[in-house]
Amino acid sequence: MFDDSSIIVGLEIGTSKVCAVVGERGADGMLNVIGLGQARSRGVRKGEIADTTQAEEDVRNAIVEAEQMADVEIRNVYLGVTGGHIRGFNNRGVHPVVSADREISEDDVQDVIKNAKAINLPTENNVVHAIRQHFFVDGQDGVTNPVGMLGSRLEVDVHVVHGNTNRLQNAIRLVKGLQLEVDEIVFNGLASSLALLTSEQKELGALVVDIGGGTTDYVVYAGGVIRHTGVLAIGGDHVSNDLAYGLKVPLSRAEKLKLEHGSALLNEEIKGQTVTITNELGLPLKTVNVEHLQRIMSLRLEEIFQLVAQDLEQAGLFDYLRAGVYLCGGGARVPRIAKLAEQVMQMPVSLGQTNSVSGLKSALDQPEFVTAIGLAKFGSFKARKREGKTSLAQGIKGALGHFLQRP
Amino acid sequence: MLEPARMPAAKIFGVGNAGVSLLEAINNGDFAGAGFAVVNTDAASLAASSAALKIHLETKLLRGLGTGGDPERGRAIAEEQFATLKTACEGMDVIFIVAGLGGGAGSGITPVLARAAKETGALVLAFVTLPFACEGNRRQQQAQQSLEQLKSVADGVICLPCQKTFKLIDENTSVLDTFRITGDLLVEGLRGVWRLLTRPGLIQIHFADLCALVRDRHSESAFASVEASGPARSREVVEKLLNHPLLDEGRALAESDAVLVSLMGGKDLTMAEVGRVMEQISRHCEHAQVIMGAAVDEAFKARLSVTVIVAKQTGAIAAAELPAGAASLTTAGDFAEPMGSRGSGRSMARCVPPVQSLTPEQREQMVARHGNGRSRKVVAKMRQAQLPLAIISKGRFDKSEPTIHKGEDLDIPTYIRRGVALN
Repeated sequence: MFDDSSIIVGLEIGTSKVCAVVGERGADGMLNVIGLGQARSRGVRKGEIADTTQAEEDVRNAIVEAEQMADVEIRNVYLGVTGGHIRGFNNRGVHPVVSADREISEDDVQDVIKNAKAINLPTENNVVHAIRQHFFVDGQDGVTNPVGMLGSRLEVDVHVVHGNTNRLQNAIRLVKGLQLEVDEIVFNGLASSLALLTSEQKELGALVVDIGGGTTDYVVYAGGVIRHTGVLAIGGDHVSNDLAYGLKVPLSRAEKLKLEHGSALLNEEIKGQTVTITNELGLPLKTVNVEHLQRIMSLRLEEIFQLVAQDLEQAGLFDYLRAGVYLCGGGARVPRIAKLAEQVMQMPVSLGQTNSVSGLKSALDQPEFVTAIGLAKFGSFKARKREGKTSLAQGIKGALGHFLQRP
Repeated sequence: MLEPARMPAAKIFGVGNAGVSLLEAINNGDFAGAGFAVVNTDAASLAASSAALKIHLETKLLRGLGTGGDPERGRAIAEEQFATLKTACEGMDVIFIVAGLGGGAGSGITPVLARAAKETGALVLAFVTLPFACEGNRRQQQAQQSLEQLKSVADGVICLPCQKTFKLIDENTSVLDTFRITGDLLVEGLRGVWRLLTRPGLIQIHFADLCALVRDRHSESAFASVEASGPARSREVVEKLLNHPLLDEGRALAESDAVLVSLMGGKDLTMAEVGRVMEQISRHCEHAQVIMGAAVDEAFKARLSVTVIVAKQTGAIAAAELPAGAASLTTAGDFAEPMGSRGSGRSMARCVPPVQSLTPEQREQMVARHGNGRSRKVVAKMRQAQLPLAIISKGRFDKSEPTIHKGEDLDIPTYIRRGVALN
């Protein structure tokens, strides 16, 4: 039916860059990244679109670049969303099993999930994801697939991620305006965690912190399921802004200083060291104290981790993170950031590596592209699921057809 | 019944014209057990006061005309009579000082009185008003300067900027009423602390707790007092508190490092209500040390009154709160000026030396200097106007939706919110 259904595109409209990743699903279902397009983002603030025209142009550029590289035509994308309005929480749905033999059927499972999704959200909010965690059969914990089991009461825990409908629609409309179909919207944090974590790490319990330009998204996995998600509308932009304010330099200059001299922890040897900023002719304009630069930066980054840690503490999830913390996003490039995070979180922190994805080496190793790769990976999971269903349906249809064709 | 704990010996001082008239409002039996004293340079205002102890500061240099709005004169004369002031404070556990800053007597005498009281070993809490903006730049500056001095000597300064009360009162209020209302607000704050200390409570705050909270903190505090009745009163008071202009719509709570909450209700005050109010308040001031007290007053039928005193972190935030015109005051003087270099804009590295105690010669010199009346004109020199310091630019996030997390605006650089100095 769809001859190019093996092509999956993840599109992330970030605060600092727009990034499109083209993946191809191999025969074994493994994702192979075959193209990557990116463009500097100018129309996004704190992960949300602030200037439609510019954002549209940037998305178009990124898509075109990705198309050229992968030599495919992009029609559908999995779109990443984020922003301070996105929240996650856990909810439980209940459903009584009414069939005579008390056997739980597929319909019961669908019903209980539907119940769990029916939550009391503010009218302007919409569910982005409802991810099932565990089933309970007559109060018995830890059932992953209850179909075929006997019981009278089926319950399910789901993790619901929801956000403001209008703000989610803004991104969707923009993409649709470019004659692209949005297959599904995916929370960026979820996509990043998909790209980084192996199933072992998910089982052990891990935290993924994606420090982007405008937002910091984080996701906690424990016992193989998502337990917690969150967004802080603080990111690399804030670091640059702090530097611009504190060092009294223009924002573009602050950005550059951040990249050249930034560090998440104060280096001992930079005490008293200064950098001279020159104008385009090479004439000195201003002298900046590197120690101040790093201190401002360190405080901001430290605060981000503290806020994440506080949130997890409140959710009571700290003891579940046995596989540690994984960092990604542009913020993960800051020197010694893992060390800083270790100090705040008191647990092992490492920079995330994408796994079970093959393809362009240059893309896979960059922490900035993790989310977009994750989006494509999310798409490949969805496609696999869909395929499973269609093949079953086709199988039945085929059998019936065969049956009907018999004289 | 158990015998009630010994009441701390307290004395309430009213200083200057404003202080004296505020004390009149207090001296009506609500504060039974406290000693009252007034200090002023103006004999007429003292004569009208009903306080037990009246200290008239007078030298022939003033010719019975008061200080003429010059705090230096007030200070000089208070230094002269330092011993008298100290004797008046002798033997007390707490000294409350009520004054209106900005004028000569209030701004000049209050810091000296606070120092005298501190030297006797008492806990010194000052309740002061800052002048309205329309009272002029000079009074503002004098008030600010005096406030700085006061902060460095008193244990706690609870400060009511009159300008902020404008938001509380409606536009057509008469001048008389406006002053009465601001006075009442200040008295309310004082009463809140007083109740905490004296009334038998469901949850009692001991004098020692208060001491531990404020002693040597030298902080400037904001306060608010709200009241509500009806079944939803606990929610209502919290809402009112968080919208209170004196607490900067709740921001003061987030920036605080010590909070004192006094709840007062009728016999129907329930523990659940106390719990609810406290939970809400503590949620808004995570970093703060919270001390609470709850008390029952028969007169409070179905009403709930909450008084909150918020001690701010010294440093960045307190400085950011300073109104415009807090430029450094250049006074010619042969002794150190207690103002730091305020005008520079970078505020957290500021440090204010305490008011110096003067040697007798210096004191004489000072009195003499003001006697000849010539040095005054130096103050009136042209001064360059300063832009307000309160604005912390949020740069590129100026126009975007602010990221508020538990009352803190996270778009403002972390180092500024935490008051980290870059030297």
